[in-house]
Amino acid sequence: MPPAIEVRGAHKRFGSVRALSDVSLEIAEGEFFGLLGPNGAGKTTLISALAGLTRLDQGSLKVMGHDVVGAYQSARRSLGVVPQELVFDPFFSVRETLRIQSGYFGLRRNDVWIDSIIDRLELTDKADANMRSLSGGMKRRVLVAQALVHKPPVIILDEPTAGVDVELRQGLWSFVSELNRAGHTIVLTTHYLEEAESLCGRIAMLKQGRVVALDSTRNLLGGIPGLRLRLRLAPGYSPQCLPEGSSVAPGGRVILTLPTCADLEPLLARLRENGARVEEIEVLQADLEEAFVSIMSSH
Amino acid sequence: MNGFLTLLQKELLRFWKVSFQTVAAPVLTALLYLLIFSHVLESKLQVYPGVSYTAFLLPGLAMMSLLQNAFANSSSSLIQSKITGNLVFVLLTPLSPLQTYLAYVLAALVRGLVVGAGVLATAPVFTTLPVANPGWILLFAVLGGVLLASLGVLAGIWADKFDQLAAFQNFLIVPLTFLAGVFYSIHSLPPFWQQVSHLNPFFYLIDGFRYGFFGASDVPPGLAFAVVGTATLVLTTVTLRLFQSGYKLRG
Ligand SMILES: Nc1ncnc2c1ncn2[C@@H]1O[C@H](COP(=O)(O)OP(=O)(O)OP(=O)(O)O)[C@@H](O)[C@H]1O
Ligand SMILES: [Mg+2]
Repeated sequence: MPPAIEVRGAHKRFGSVRALSDVSLEIAEGEFFGLLGPNGAGKTTLISALAGLTRLDQGSLKVMGHDVVGAYQSARRSLGVVPQELVFDPFFSVRETLRIQSGYFGLRRNDVWIDSIIDRLELTDKADANMRSLSGGMKRRVLVAQALVHKPPVIILDEPTAGVDVELRQGLWSFVSELNRAGHTIVLTTHYLEEAESLCGRIAMLKQGRVVALDSTRNLLGGIPGLRLRLRLAPGYSPQCLPEGSSVAPGGRVILTLPTCADLEPLLARLRENGARVEEIEVLQADLEEAFVSIMSSH
Repeated sequence: MNGFLTLLQKELLRFWKVSFQTVAAPVLTALLYLLIFSHVLESKLQVYPGVSYTAFLLPGLAMMSLLQNAFANSSSSLIQSKITGNLVFVLLTPLSPLQTYLAYVLAALVRGLVVGAGVLATAPVFTTLPVANPGWILLFAVLGGVLLASLGVLAGIWADKFDQLAAFQNFLIVPLTFLAGVFYSIHSLPPFWQQVSHLNPFFYLIDGFRYGFFGASDVPPGLAFAVVGTATLVLTTVTLRLFQSGYKLRG
């Protein structure tokens, strides 16, 4: 079985900007994959190239085994893309927009599926409203719906939750997770790292057009060295006894990182010797944001 | 095929939903020209024997409106979708460059034909318009529509801003149509300007179209057909190639 997405040696320049340099990765069918990176890292460029909106300078791209240039029709049938920009056609209503999009894929009698996506994305009230009259979040939901009209096996969402309220975001994620469980491959970019952490099984991080991390979410989280602790100390201790790099907040709260677990015992001993009484101690779970910051700063 | 039909239908809806601006307004403009010019010149000019000036003017105005509207349709649709970004909805689909091109051209042709027919339909109010040879009328109408629709696609792809498109329209399309002998026979021009007019492909469109009505024209209709047919073929090929290359559309 070919991978859902295969990127080989992708290079793309815009003038002097290297948007992608030598990006290679594979995403297996059924994965929930995160594509992360700071602004300008090249995420959208990679997605555009996969969708055929941009041509690579070098390298090859396949969607479900179909080359996006040589077999563009099969590749595009296999792919649904939710673009980052909020675009819409002001001439049409929500339902018309979806019917037209479906028609472009040759599906002219697709109303049952269209109604079900309208329903799942909570657009029923607005189904016959003109696109112009929709709020930003609703327009984004229509973009999601448009990407799904032809039931593509691979769905790429480029920041689908930007400007979407909390309730809808959760609704959207439960819908996308359901699609994933039904076998669709999902690729997601987002700047909300907790979303990526809870949804994605595997993550690639891009920086200045290069892949700087590519691993399972679990390994990325486990890759953060040291033991992070939050302490609450009774008033009256001297801050000098804390290890270097500790951050001290009002109310005796201290966050610090120890190189290993073995360093905990000596720390507590030193605190005791200095008359600092520990009232509370908590081990902090590493989160993706930390992993992200640490990976980005080391490249 | 279904994908192509959907895009064609969408493009047709796009102008039909605002037909007041896209069909009624240009017909009215043409009629105003007709009223004013025929009022001033009716008694002073007779281009072909037995053909009143108003009758002479009508086919030219109809063709001019057809050409301008065919151009306006494909060019404005493309540039609007490019600027608002909703062209991606088409670009993300399996539609081939040929299908996309044909849908834009056909929709523009239909708008041109509808407007042209709208102008001609008013003829009985002003004059009696003979129809010597409907085949030539239809042939030149379709060729003119396709030619200008293709030119519109070309301009729509090339232009990045509305004012570039407006420049294309105001400095190329409008002068070429006005100077194509809509209001006069080029035989009434000094020899130099007759020569210049012969370099204008729009002249052959209007001349051949008019031949279909009166059985009389400035150049033989076969020649007009050869010139227009070649121009259409060349432009269609160029535009299609551009579409296939992804120029400005798939960066
Ligand atoms: N059409 C273009 N013309 C010129 N430069 C471009 C173009 N598209 C992207 N770039 C540049 O390529 C780089 C990568 O941009 P890209 O949009 O892929 O980043 P991104 O990772 O999606 O960022 P964000 O998180 O802000 O969406 C940036 O430096 C951007 O300025
Ligand atoms: Mg982006």
